[in-house]
Amino acid sequence: MITQTTSGNRGLLQAEPLIFETGHATGTGVDLPAPKGTANKLGGLARKAALDLPGFSEPETMRHFVRLSQKNYAIDLGLFPLGSCTMKHNPRLNERTARFEGFADIHPLQPTATIQGALEVMDELAHWLCTLSGMPAVALSPKAGAHGEMCGMLAIKAALEARGEGQTRKRVLVPESAHGTNPATAVAAGFIVDEIPARDDGRVHLDDVVAKLGSDVAGIMMTNPNTCGLFEPEIKRIADAIHEAGGYFYCDGANYNAIVGRVRPGDLGVDAMHINLHKTFSTPHGGGGPGAGPTVLSAALAPYAPLPQIVIEKSGGVRQLVFAEHEAELAGTGRKPFGRMCAFHGQMGMFTRALTYMLSHGSDGLRQVAEDAVLNANYLLARLKPHFNAPFGGPKNEHAPCMHEVLFDDSSIKPKGVETIDMAKALLDEGYHPFTTYFPLVVHGAMLIEPTETEPKRELDRFADVMIALAERVNAGDVEHFKQAPRLAPMRRLDDTRAARQPKLRWRRGDNGAEAAKHAAE
Amino acid sequence: MRYLPLTNTDRQQMLSLIGTKSIDDLFVDVPKHALLKDLVDLPKKQGEIEVHRHMARLAEKNTPAGRTAFFLGGGAYRHHVPATVDHIIQRSEFLTAYTPYQPEIAQGTLQALYEFQSQVAQLLDMEVSNASMYDGSTACAEAAMMAARVTKRKKIIFSGGVHPHYIDTARTACEALGLEVVALPAAIDDEAAVSKHLSADVAAVIVQSPNVFGTITDLTKIAEAAHGAGSLMVATFTECVSFGLIEPPGAMGADIVCGEGQSIGNALNFGGPYVGLFATKEKFIRQMPGRVCGETLDADGKRGFVLTLSTREQHIRREKATSNICTNSGLCQLAWTVHMTLLGEQGLRQLATLNHERAIELADALGRVKGVEVLTKRFFNEIAIRVPGDAQKVVDALAEKGVIGGVAMSRLNPKAGMYDLLITCATEMNTDKDIAAYVAALKAVLQ
Repeated sequence: MITQTTSGNRGLLQAEPLIFETGHATGTGVDLPAPKGTANKLGGLARKAALDLPGFSEPETMRHFVRLSQKNYAIDLGLFPLGSCTMKHNPRLNERTARFEGFADIHPLQPTATIQGALEVMDELAHWLCTLSGMPAVALSPKAGAHGEMCGMLAIKAALEARGEGQTRKRVLVPESAHGTNPATAVAAGFIVDEIPARDDGRVHLDDVVAKLGSDVAGIMMTNPNTCGLFEPEIKRIADAIHEAGGYFYCDGANYNAIVGRVRPGDLGVDAMHINLHKTFSTPHGGGGPGAGPTVLSAALAPYAPLPQIVIEKSGGVRQLVFAEHEAELAGTGRKPFGRMCAFHGQMGMFTRALTYMLSHGSDGLRQVAEDAVLNANYLLARLKPHFNAPFGGPKNEHAPCMHEVLFDDSSIKPKGVETIDMAKALLDEGYHPFTTYFPLVVHGAMLIEPTETEPKRELDRFADVMIALAERVNAGDVEHFKQAPRLAPMRRLDDTRAARQPKLRWRRGDNGAEAAKHAAE
Repeated sequence: MRYLPLTNTDRQQMLSLIGTKSIDDLFVDVPKHALLKDLVDLPKKQGEIEVHRHMARLAEKNTPAGRTAFFLGGGAYRHHVPATVDHIIQRSEFLTAYTPYQPEIAQGTLQALYEFQSQVAQLLDMEVSNASMYDGSTACAEAAMMAARVTKRKKIIFSGGVHPHYIDTARTACEALGLEVVALPAAIDDEAAVSKHLSADVAAVIVQSPNVFGTITDLTKIAEAAHGAGSLMVATFTECVSFGLIEPPGAMGADIVCGEGQSIGNALNFGGPYVGLFATKEKFIRQMPGRVCGETLDADGKRGFVLTLSTREQHIRREKATSNICTNSGLCQLAWTVHMTLLGEQGLRQLATLNHERAIELADALGRVKGVEVLTKRFFNEIAIRVPGDAQKVVDALAEKGVIGGVAMSRLNPKAGMYDLLITCATEMNTDKDIAAYVAALKAVLQ
């Protein structure tokens, strides 16, 4: 097998240096009108030093980024079973509608009369989110999941303050299995985190919650379905207990896609829940954003929703939508917004995409989304359980169902010398993005698989066949195959420790990255 | 349904392999009362034709900026985005990838991030940048909180020139953490006022240049005063194109520079998604919020990139994390990088100069309208003008004449008491005809 080529390219994969290593300051890919040479009004604050930013012509730019793109895995390429991330198909109609001139080319501060359609999109999206979740209100502005968590926790804080208990109720219960953003958010919102230890069955138990309750408890942050891919059977009773103790129930809605159209969080006693439009409602993940995290609120928390809010006015019998952007504009409504999450009104580009998606699916399609997502995960559980340990998958001849994602661990392969990370890297060679590794933390060597509803059965079978073949390879003792993986990916295993110990976070003039790398290797 | 590949036959086969009869058996943990039997009360599925028509109807109820003479900024700016940018960010490999947690198959996203961080650092003249934030306002809030961590102090002073939404956003985030936020009275040209409020408990002074009124300021002395008091100077901004022409905050002693990157590569989109830029000094990187990409080597000694310094982040540190932020603004950040690559130094300088020249022409033209006074003396592409009467009414009346003339300061901050003040901006998109239309409409409105 050829391992080295003269060019550094490998077939379709092109070696591509940094723009800084090949570009120069006089290159450009834009043709702009020549400035007129007007005397400036900068008051002596003109830039002194050069920017030293490389520029490229259009063909060079296109080629640079297309070459980079080919080093990425993507949903459009194959199964992306990353648990808790919901890597489902991103419909292109959503991309088209978001780019309509009437949505993309409007400014957030345009006069209200010129943006009625945008307000209608927000109002319609709010209606869908409230109806699906069974909650009376929604704050649309949070820009991502963690931002939505913050919105919910600040609403809880405001409600407690309104009751005169802002200073006394500081403790927030967070299950050990929670995503890291939950405890981080609680602390950022000024609360103290009290962890509920994990149980062997992967669920949060009412008894454990009750044992922690007291007059200093502000509420609980629970994920449902939880991070082990399980629906919390005692969730309603936990919610009731929290309410009885004077606290509020924040539900992390990261896994809402498992129950959309089948279960309404409002029926479970939830007070606040963020909904990741980039998960359940298919707005693209884009290699790390942008997301959107509208947060639905119960009647108890709705008055504290942040600014801005949409208000419906009737003038001359005509329904007009307007923004309330300041607290004074809500005088007399009983609303007491806790503040503002961001400039302007939130992720409009995600609102149009999510609404397009919802309209496409409809109430019947969304219900099918949840059912197929759960069915696909359970199918993988059934196929893989004989080969990997499924800590919550039930005894040998019995199927204990999971929701939209299925959790395995490496306990059956680790004694033979292969860990979760090795299994993940071996999947890279097989042409797959791996599952989520080592999360949730409550299960050692976790492998969390979320196929989503947009995978056909044959893709699931193909993936299951590969996983089974890898398990057999472990059993055959071929440990090196895993330890050396990946061999066929664009890069071999990358050294995280080196990156963190000697952080090099940018190019600087005088750098020669490629050279440095070569020397280090020698 | 076109997005769902499973057939009923598939579903039956799969259920039988699982060993259950119906799909409801898989929802067995859901409390009986909560498992819906009927569909929720919403419309049923629709084809691409119907949905397209519905969304197009809603879009038509808006007046796109491009159909007007458009002079509105106030934190979001209408610039030309080259066609190449949108093509690249819609490539499947970028659009439908996840956060690069498996770096061996995500070098495309990672190298573009590394290039972004390098470009941002060069543009702002700072040592390091993160991988982007949600937007400028949330980046500014994170800067305030970071300053409190670095200095172990609790008070944040905002100048009267910072965008009111940025102050409100930071106030909400900071007060939740128990920090004190002091916002000085709105002032067109007084960033230096923050220096008078420095004391041993001040974590940071936050100033903006160009500020919300368009004024540009030499921040050097403010930084010196802040450092003398053991505080940080945070410089924020809403118009990043300006740094192609004006002295960047990093060259004037800023410790943290944060602001909105939308102007490069990103459409107006009614306020989001945008891309927050965040840069700081190397010595503070372990207190920096957000994701960051770094260089490393693979097992063969080849250079590659990974997300790094994750020990600051929530997924490792949980309640001890520097911030609860999990995501960045991936595609918007990529759009920024692609556009900046197309511009290069020469293109950016030219673009910035064009903006400035257009704004001078706008200022001159509006200044000649009877009753109008241009209040901003040193500016990049945005200015504050005084109009006779209520600026909000002027803005609304102009809109009826097909001119989006700017934003009334009273809309951004009703408490500032600046009811006759209008903030207006010009970019490379404005033509001579646009400016003439603005002048004619303004004259008519003010008559």
